[in-house]
Amino acid sequence: MAKELLVGNVAIAEAAIRAGVEAFFGYPITPQTELLEHMAGRMPELGRVFLQAESEVAAINMVYGAACAGARVMTSSSGPGISLMQEGLSYIAISEVPVVVVDVMRGGPGLGNIQPAQGDYNQVTKTAGHGDSRSIVLAPSSVQEAADLTGLAFDLAEKYRTIVIVAGDGMIGQMMEPAELPPMKSLPATRPDWAVTGAKGRLKNVITSVFLDAEVMEAINWRLKAKLDRIQAEEVRCELTLVDDAEILIVAFGSAARITKTAIREAREQGIRAGMLRPITLLPFPSTAIEELLDRVQTVLVVEMNTGQMVDDVRLAVQGRAPVHLYGRPGGSVPVPDEILDVIMSLRA
Amino acid sequence: MQQAIVISGFGGQGTLFAGMVLAYAGMDHGKHVTWIPSYGPEMRGGTANATVIVRDEEIGSPVVRYPDAAVVLNNPSMEKYEPLIKAGGVLVANISLVSAPSHRPDITCVPVPASDVATQLGDVRVANMVALGALAKATKILPVEAIVQALQDHLPERKRYLLEPNRQAVQEGAQIAERGEWASQRISE
Amino acid sequence: MKQQWEERVVYQRPRALASVSTGYCPGCTHGLIHKLIAEAIDDLGIQETTIAVAPVGCALFLTDYLEVDGVMAAHGRAPAMATGIKRVEPDKVVFTYQGDGDLASIGMAEIVWAAARGENITVFFVNNAIYGMTGGQMAPTSLPGQITTSSPRGRDVETMGMPVRMAELLAGLPGAAYVVRRSVYDARTIKAARQAIRTAFRVQMEGVGFALVEFLSSCPTNWRLNPAQALEWIKEDMEPYYPLGDYKVSDIAKQLQ
Ligand SMILES: Cc1ncc(C[n+]2csc(CCOP(=O)(O)OP(=O)(O)O)c2C)c(N)n1
Repeated sequence: MAKELLVGNVAIAEAAIRAGVEAFFGYPITPQTELLEHMAGRMPELGRVFLQAESEVAAINMVYGAACAGARVMTSSSGPGISLMQEGLSYIAISEVPVVVVDVMRGGPGLGNIQPAQGDYNQVTKTAGHGDSRSIVLAPSSVQEAADLTGLAFDLAEKYRTIVIVAGDGMIGQMMEPAELPPMKSLPATRPDWAVTGAKGRLKNVITSVFLDAEVMEAINWRLKAKLDRIQAEEVRCELTLVDDAEILIVAFGSAARITKTAIREAREQGIRAGMLRPITLLPFPSTAIEELLDRVQTVLVVEMNTGQMVDDVRLAVQGRAPVHLYGRPGGSVPVPDEILDVIMSLRA
Repeated sequence: MQQAIVISGFGGQGTLFAGMVLAYAGMDHGKHVTWIPSYGPEMRGGTANATVIVRDEEIGSPVVRYPDAAVVLNNPSMEKYEPLIKAGGVLVANISLVSAPSHRPDITCVPVPASDVATQLGDVRVANMVALGALAKATKILPVEAIVQALQDHLPERKRYLLEPNRQAVQEGAQIAERGEWASQRISE
Repeated sequence: MKQQWEERVVYQRPRALASVSTGYCPGCTHGLIHKLIAEAIDDLGIQETTIAVAPVGCALFLTDYLEVDGVMAAHGRAPAMATGIKRVEPDKVVFTYQGDGDLASIGMAEIVWAAARGENITVFFVNNAIYGMTGGQMAPTSLPGQITTSSPRGRDVETMGMPVRMAELLAGLPGAAYVVRRSVYDARTIKAARQAIRTAFRVQMEGVGFALVEFLSSCPTNWRLNPAQALEWIKEDMEPYYPLGDYKVSDIAKQLQ
């Protein structure tokens, strides 16, 4: 397949279609809208389901319903909509049905703006709504990777019967880059045996989230935790750039990471041994990978487009073995490589 | 080698599309490219700009503070980007609309009456392509033929009828740049 | 002498009704409505194709009481969840079962939009004029002056407005094909309710559009009445404000009655 010049949002949508998504439910919000619009055109063309819901509250519950029926299903939004979806995410988490959610992050809090930001890091990594559950979170840093991780998201969602959130941002969503899309997968021929599709020739299937007995509920919580531990053991992904001799280790994800890459190149030209660890899975977080780099590293710098959220996870991984600094640009401000380079220079001094 | 280009103008002047054509041309020419839009508050009427990066290796940041070249189609764009162009860079200014002169002796100014040329070609909407042709010629970022080819290959079906005027516009812009008229008519007087 | 016995079945539990005892209070009519729905599922032969969407409210264990596939939705979101199921399983019979707090308060947007889209689902709306599960607070359908734990001086229509008449409201939407109000306080009303449930299912099975049956239902516990008084209260107090009747029956739906 040849590379095409694709907008990130469209690459995600088309990758989802090729991964066999059967139904999309969503609500317009910038900077995610091209994704929904692409679905609006393509899904009916393919005889699949597209529905513009009345709100993100409804959208996530439609997703929940379709997932309970065993369909491969997704939704997408940005911060304000992801907030409204928290309720549904919680129900989905305990129901253990596979669901893919795309968050194209923008500046917040509140209505904020439509510029790229990473302020939803905590919201997507720390919890799936109320209660005690988490999702797998994938963070693409190029259009190609946005497409690739969308495919992976469906695989992981089904493998672990969990929510997978693809956490991009306005930059990944809106930019165009050449990317190669995967070939079209065929739709699954049958529904999974746990799905609610009508109790024909079997006992009834029930999917519920109410368990009044605390002991039963506790057991379910531990089961979800055990699954999370398995995910932590098996699914960590990160990209290492020039870390072998690095004295300054930069940890950054998504757009912040690709901007940082340019800064690192420039730092190297000036003889500074800087390298980067880019978490691709924000959850499971690559704590061990960070830890393994600490023997040589003298300073750790976290670059993120918020006031410091992932930095907490980095500090937990570093456990005081090196100073951890933060360079944050919140609210939709996008750092340029020069300013990151300045920070790197100041750390060396 | 990396070149970062900003193309900026009013919403509706086709700056985003011009950027896309440049990105397509780069991609088809075997380069790494990124294209990223940035809207003003309104899609129409406000300024709309696209940043395009063309590079031989993998591209890190798709945004830059100091572009290697800027195409400015209106006055607000001129005010914003003329001071930011890297020393030794190129400024393509649509002098049909841009009235302010450049005060930068360290950049090459390419004045192009893009809107007037476009009107003469029969459609003011191709002013973006006149400017893009001039940019390609002045920066040598890509051969002018690559731009024309990209138009041919990627102009959407429903815009096909605009292929000819667009093609002419690119050629015309390139010729104006080549004639080097800016040497005598510097907009910095 | 040898006795001859002949067994003649005059009544039996519907197959779609699970053989368990419910958690409902004595005199509550939720159970009766469940049974009517189960009978309709049997008679229409749709037990193997039906998917129930339970609400948050007293009926949240609906999926335990019916022998069909089922899910439980978040509070008020049953119509959205049913939409998701129906869109990917269009040949199945999908219904929601919702209380008044669920449908007319927190889930107002979801029910209005399911009806507006003409979503091909069936909704059973149990209006007992109170929040049953949480212990008797004021509902969107509580009557003017009705004393509840959160309106101890009676529902004040000056500050809370008049109760919402959902059947009338939803009937006004073009997407609604069948919207009726029934009750279950005596044999006559139960019979009419029984018929409406069947029609509401058939409207969906024929792909006609959104169908809803509202039931005026009792809550003796939270109304602080005995079961007989509670049925009387439906008739004397609720029915005048919520008249029984057909609010929307599309031409095609008429042929399915
Ligand atoms: C988001 C949310 N808010 C509040 C509740 C608490 N709650 C559970 S049931 C209920 C009211 C149910 O009343 P109704 O829908 O009238 O049904 P009934 O119990 O009377 O049958 C409330 C407020 C909840 N579960 N979720």
